[in-house]
Amino acid sequence: MSVRITPEQEQRVTLTVNGKVRSSFAEPRMLLTDFLRHELQVFGVHVGCEHGVCGACTILVGGRAVRSCTRYAVQMEGAEITTVEGLAEPGTLNVLQQAFADHHALQCGFCTPGILLSATQFLRQNGAPSEAEVRDMLSGHICRCTGYVGIVAAIMDAAARLRRSE
Amino acid sequence: MKPVPFEYCRPDTLAEALALLAERRSEAALLAGGMSLGPMLNLRIVRPKSVIDISRLPDLDGIAVRADRLITGATVIQAEALASPVIRDALPLLALALPWVGHFQTRNSGTLGGSVAHADPSAEIPLCLVVADATVVLRSARRERRIPARDFFTGALSTVRREDEMVVALEWPRAPADAGHAFEEIAQRHGDFAIAAAACSLTLDGSGRIATLALGLGGVEDRPIAIDTAAFIGRPADGETARAIAGSIEESIDPMEDHAASANYRRALARVLVERIVPRAAGAARSARKGAA
Repeated sequence: MSVRITPEQEQRVTLTVNGKVRSSFAEPRMLLTDFLRHELQVFGVHVGCEHGVCGACTILVGGRAVRSCTRYAVQMEGAEITTVEGLAEPGTLNVLQQAFADHHALQCGFCTPGILLSATQFLRQNGAPSEAEVRDMLSGHICRCTGYVGIVAAIMDAAARLRRSE
Repeated sequence: MKPVPFEYCRPDTLAEALALLAERRSEAALLAGGMSLGPMLNLRIVRPKSVIDISRLPDLDGIAVRADRLITGATVIQAEALASPVIRDALPLLALALPWVGHFQTRNSGTLGGSVAHADPSAEIPLCLVVADATVVLRSARRERRIPARDFFTGALSTVRREDEMVVALEWPRAPADAGHAFEEIAQRHGDFAIAAAACSLTLDGSGRIATLALGLGGVEDRPIAIDTAAFIGRPADGETARAIAGSIEESIDPMEDHAASANYRRALARVLVERIVPRAAGAARSARKGAA
């Protein structure tokens, strides 16, 4: 059904976040990042540049890594979203997260949730990536701490561990 | 970093979307993947009263070959185009250019039509459209217009699209099976806006000379430009010819100057890119002929 929402109107938005159906209200201009953080308390979604450049807010929508700051909550009715909170049970780390810890792939950690979600989709599509392919995927994320060396090593190692566990 | 308040419309059909656009005209912005409009909304570079979301419209996201043309719907997502065997086969130039478009994450959202409607001078998809001599299909509530890509772009972020029109599809001539293609660009970092980009498609005759040659530059002038290559048809497809083409381009182009590069630097990059991609496209054409033989 066609949707029309006036500028100040608060529209109910229902979507699935990390396997749970969640619902709250958003006016049209509310960024998806702000909806996830302020309405649904999903604070693993980080806010950096707010114009699609830095990659901190990257989440999975329908399994695809996308910026959440350049889409609006009202667009997302019915969407399937994965954030960093959905990668592993609380208190545990998945293979990729463990590799990040082992390779010192984070310092301040601000960029990390976005990178983990990009790498999640990337490794699903390409189980045996080259370092150049990993670096190409990472070009969509800005990390100002690590120089990327540990991040690249962690993703390459995670790919190898996932191949062994298959 | 938040947009001005706007009305949000998500029509179910193209007809409904076009009726809304006819009503709201310049007060409306069309939203598909949000990779151009999203940043402009958040930075308040644009302040539309209405945002019309066309991302879920049916019939705009198809990729289809019809006779000698490849039709790509306006809302085909760049990542899907990159993964499409149909595009790899029928339009290798676009397949070569797509990895240069933004990043893994932005290609997951950005659309082919969105990039064309936005008309950034350095954008790769508009450059391919111009080099391939493709057609932009515009639709309004009243009629359809078909505009050759070479007439569509009129300057930085500006096109001949009227305020009640929507880009609904791109129509590309199918590349001949024996053509060779090459694409390259130079940016400050991979995935950033190109300071200069170049695209080339060519075919060779039986003696290895240039039979057809389409060449274009992006990021150099305020819109993607096609280079007049008539003088080089029939020349050997070698480095000397590539250098001659590059030399003639240096004279004919009028590069932009901005924070990223001076006009002279862009002129130098255009020369280097043309010297690189013409021989590469010729090599690809030789392989294609061998493969076909």
